[in-house]
Amino acid sequence: MTGKTLYDKIWDAHLVHQAEDGTGLLYIDRHLVHEVTSPQAFEGLRMAGRQVRAPEKTIAVPDHNVPTTEGRDKVIENEDSRIQVEALDKNARDFGINYYPVSDVRQGIVHIVGPEQGWTLPGMTVVCGDSHTATHGAFGALAHGIGTSEVEHVLATQTLIQSKSKNMKVEITGKLAPGVTAKDITLSVIGKTGTAGGTGYVIEYCGEAIRALSMEGRMTVCNMAIEGGARAGLIAPDETTFAYVKGRPHAPKGAQWEAAMDWWKTLYSDDDAHWDKVVTIRGEDIAPVVTWGTSPEDVLPITDVVPDPSAFKGGKVEAAKRALDYMGLTAGTPLKEIKIDTVFIGSCTNGRIEDLRAAAAILKGKKIKDGMRAMVVPGSGLVRAQAEEEGLADIFKEAGFEWRLAGCSMCLAMNPDQLAPGERCAATSNRNFEGRQGKGGRTHLMSPAMAAAAAITGHLTDVREMM
Amino acid sequence: MDKFESFSGVAAPMPLVNIDTDMIIPKQFLKTIKRSGLGVNLFAEMRYLDDGSENPDFVLNTPAYRNAEIIVAGDNFGCGSSREHAPWAIKDFGIKCVISTSFADIFFNNCFKNGILPIVLPQEQVDVLMKDAEKGSNARLDIDLENQTVTTSEGESFHFEVDPFRKHCLLEGLDDIGLTLEKASAIDSFESQATQARPWV
Repeated sequence: MTGKTLYDKIWDAHLVHQAEDGTGLLYIDRHLVHEVTSPQAFEGLRMAGRQVRAPEKTIAVPDHNVPTTEGRDKVIENEDSRIQVEALDKNARDFGINYYPVSDVRQGIVHIVGPEQGWTLPGMTVVCGDSHTATHGAFGALAHGIGTSEVEHVLATQTLIQSKSKNMKVEITGKLAPGVTAKDITLSVIGKTGTAGGTGYVIEYCGEAIRALSMEGRMTVCNMAIEGGARAGLIAPDETTFAYVKGRPHAPKGAQWEAAMDWWKTLYSDDDAHWDKVVTIRGEDIAPVVTWGTSPEDVLPITDVVPDPSAFKGGKVEAAKRALDYMGLTAGTPLKEIKIDTVFIGSCTNGRIEDLRAAAAILKGKKIKDGMRAMVVPGSGLVRAQAEEEGLADIFKEAGFEWRLAGCSMCLAMNPDQLAPGERCAATSNRNFEGRQGKGGRTHLMSPAMAAAAAITGHLTDVREMM
Repeated sequence: MDKFESFSGVAAPMPLVNIDTDMIIPKQFLKTIKRSGLGVNLFAEMRYLDDGSENPDFVLNTPAYRNAEIIVAGDNFGCGSSREHAPWAIKDFGIKCVISTSFADIFFNNCFKNGILPIVLPQEQVDVLMKDAEKGSNARLDIDLENQTVTTSEGESFHFEVDPFRKHCLLEGLDDIGLTLEKASAIDSFESQATQARPWV
């Protein structure tokens, strides 16, 4: 008999029922909820006279829509945003679910708050009406985004109807070179496999370079599994994971901690497990990368040039032409010569303390380019507080960055933080789609250190030259 | 949910690859707390000019495709966010079926919850359907879920695969939650066993 992958093990441990055609009914351990994809689900419950089955396993926090400027706990100017946040307030109260309102220092991006508070634990099933739920896979939890109908389904039944995905292994061997980060790993993987390369799979990331990452770095890697098309990304839990989890408010304690550890230590893929697809990348081959187009697969090392669309195949030729037109770029231009107007550091991909440390290390004692608009939006109120305590906030402010309150902010620009048409942004977020950061806005994705370097020089920059 | 019936409809060709959910429904329209009324915002940034008027070049604004009920799309349709506003907008516009070589996972799931049939076919067959769709409103595709076929205006027919459970739910217009609640006792017993095995959850 072949062994099991980590995904197989978590799936089996949560299978309530399996139909003859293979469709599974999975038990959900943690359901995270935010204001944008939940109102219709709660409305559906009310109309059907249903309750939330497990309010103690349901955690709500407003993040997508909230302004990141002071005074937001008093009033949110945009009426539609205010209505959504008020609806979440009311739904959390009416249904008795765990809730972190904007006035709470623990508020932040749902995928940063979950791990920070110890809600996310190894071996769990975690869902949220948000595609970047993949983030929680860093803990060896099976975590993925769901639609609003499924949010309603989980609220009502604490289960999800799922067909099982195939198993894909992404191994990053060896060591990363200086200046290369988790963001460069995850972007490089997507650059290699494409945005549909993971479709139908759950990815497990492994290898020496992954093992060497902190939990923050692992969350960055898993966060973008969805950008590679995968349902979820996973990293087997180890001592790094256990050390991060221990002592968090909702982590187990005492005898329960010991019992949990006994199980968590069994959560790895067996040596003889079957993989449907394997991708291997040498850590040494990964360079600091940026995106040049309007898909996260449009990735190149910073030392490269804007590609010629005719070099692609099939439908990608037209897509690349359209992307260059949208991005205002000419084939053959060195990436390092692309001038930028704005820098955004934050998001569920790169809004954690380690990300802010990496950016601050580049910015220390320096100023951003004249005329540059630059902002840091910490991923949570607690990340923000810690950064202030460590003196990082002062470094950002002295460099010329705006120091904001926590939220999703300019990653998806649902709040007032948006790009103007034609404005070009170095962003640490996860999507460079047309209009993503504001209609007509142009996004280049990169690591926090690379974004900080670009803020100083005013153009895309190889951070290794500043180290 | 309405039952999904076989139908014959105009198919709009959208050959672009990686049509993402930000294109399908830009984020400024996610601030609603309702499911309805999003059809007017479908593909908003491609469909309307800066002054709010219709972009005459956009496929769904051309006379042939204003009443399209099918989209034939490039690879990896619906990639990006989990927003169910994307299928809500598609459905509200009147599209009942999307055909592509592949779909992003969450979008694909969301379609079935809203009575939309996403059909995956190999590249060569999607190419044939794309060509047929480009003929305009006189060329209609036949979609037959019961027999799992798409038929072109010239009578060429392609078989597609669909998950049997999802097919059943679409054909019968079934509500997932109702079906799952029929298994409430299985959920109860799983929950009590899991609580014993993993009390920290």
